[in-house]
Amino acid sequence: MTASSETPECTPMELMICAAASHLENDATVLVGTGAPCAAAMLAQKTNAPRLTLMFEAGGVGPNLPTMPISVGDSRTFYEGLQATTMADIMETCQRGMVDFTFLGGAQIDQYGNLNSTIIGSDYRHPKVRLPGSGGANDLASFCWKILVLTPHDPRRFVEKVDYITTPGYLSGPGSRESAGLPPGTGPYKVITDLAVLGYDEATKRMQVESLHPGIDLKQVQERTSFELLVKDPLATTPAPRAEILEVLRNEVDPHRYIIGRG
Amino acid sequence: MNEAHSENSPQGSGPLFLGPDCDGDRAAFRAKSKGMTDKLMSVSEAVSQFVHDGEYLASGGFGGDRIATALLHEIVRQKKQNLGFAAHTATHDYQILCAGNGTGRGQLLAKVDVAYIVGLEARGLSPHARQVSESGDIEFCEWSNYALALRFQAAAMGVPFLPSRSLQGTDTFKHSAAKTIHCPFTDMKLAAIPALSPDVAIIHVHEADRFGNCRIRGTSVTDCEVARASKHVIISCERLIANSEIRKDPTLTVIPFYCVDAVCEVPYGSFPGNMAYEYYSDEEHIKQWLTVEQDEETYLAFLDKYLFGVEVFSEYLELCGGAKRMEYLRQLELNPKETE
Repeated sequence: MTASSETPECTPMELMICAAASHLENDATVLVGTGAPCAAAMLAQKTNAPRLTLMFEAGGVGPNLPTMPISVGDSRTFYEGLQATTMADIMETCQRGMVDFTFLGGAQIDQYGNLNSTIIGSDYRHPKVRLPGSGGANDLASFCWKILVLTPHDPRRFVEKVDYITTPGYLSGPGSRESAGLPPGTGPYKVITDLAVLGYDEATKRMQVESLHPGIDLKQVQERTSFELLVKDPLATTPAPRAEILEVLRNEVDPHRYIIGRG
Repeated sequence: MNEAHSENSPQGSGPLFLGPDCDGDRAAFRAKSKGMTDKLMSVSEAVSQFVHDGEYLASGGFGGDRIATALLHEIVRQKKQNLGFAAHTATHDYQILCAGNGTGRGQLLAKVDVAYIVGLEARGLSPHARQVSESGDIEFCEWSNYALALRFQAAAMGVPFLPSRSLQGTDTFKHSAAKTIHCPFTDMKLAAIPALSPDVAIIHVHEADRFGNCRIRGTSVTDCEVARASKHVIISCERLIANSEIRKDPTLTVIPFYCVDAVCEVPYGSFPGNMAYEYYSDEEHIKQWLTVEQDEETYLAFLDKYLFGVEVFSEYLELCGGAKRMEYLRQLELNPKETE
């Protein structure tokens, strides 16, 4: 296969970051973590969303990131920043409805976008693996308008039922977030994997495949998912990143290839 | 509470290690001396005087950022037992405290309010902290970072709880000690988050005077609330400054002296953590911690050398590369683009 200059070869991680960046909007706010989400937000700032404001849960607002932060609380998160505030201030900015996007992850995700980052195993007291827990994820998923997840597509991750709901997706389906007391109109938005971009069906709140990455077929995606996926009609192909976007990602966002190198 | 509400009003089944006790706290805060006295002392004096077995500890900063490493080491070194601990984004701080569990020195941690443990963010999971946390020796109650921040905020305000819209609908709520309430104005469903007033807090700041007036640069995370919520507060600082300096610009004072019991001057006191505008985190040393933990014998030898084998924090800094290494981390912090 020869790649044309319009659609150069790229790694799955590069494609994921470019796809994630394309979903972020100008004049919006995004609460990011470290790693790929941070790269996606930085890329969006340098391409489609120059007035996107980055926020970090420990209190950093609007940094000119000199390098990738290692911790969401480290000093890079407010380097040449606009504000260095408190964690509660950031969380409350989310709770009162001023934060549009957040990126979250977990060891497991189910068809409603519920996330588990607390335990693997069925016995809370004696788990097979003790994972970190919520951190700020439960709060951010409760408060932010749109939740994005960047994750490898693996059947052990995409499970019928998560062992533990650390962080709310659509819980048990339509209306369940609202009846639990979570703010209306919030919830999972996109799941971007190395195979596809997935969203959520409006009526059922179940995960559905929206676009397949170039060269991937639907069967592969279903095989790597341990629950039945809905499929959007028409099913699209994820646009391959344009050469100039990849150039920004490689030369400006992650020149040391800390993130994209792993792809 | 009407019946419709009680049907829909679950409560978490997690243990409430320290529940709200506003009037008890008021009595304790009343009894505490508000005299502006000299509180300067050594790290070992401060820990032996203000941290006691069975007490509940809170630690400032954000896991590996502006943590009070010198005080954490001393707590482990003095073999404190059966402590409660508030772990909101506890990363390297939790890893340090876990050195007091499962290493033949009794059990340092007994009860932990968890928002985040075991992991060190993108650096991965700590093998020893994982082992300790999966052993069943520690009792856990689950929260989120904001919920724990609200617990301190409520105690700092002197009220028994604060409401949040988060936690609801999840297993995190089920394993917490929060309760569902309905807003008396709008009937909105909310999670009531109980106040938490730790027995003792350890917080590392940029500058303090010997009376305990403190300055923090960069994000303060939850430390201003933790300092106000806690019965006793030990401050470690990068630099001791004169009271006259504090008085030149009181807008910079974020923790006032009357909250503070002890002040310890510890340059590089957050190492290997990141101290904003002072030094960046030492990723190589943190990686070393994570690596030695993979083998028990290597880990115990590491602890003997770096933690139990030293008397004061400056010896630890020397073992970790001393002045030359600290200068490199300072440049990494101040000139990140050039140093990388």
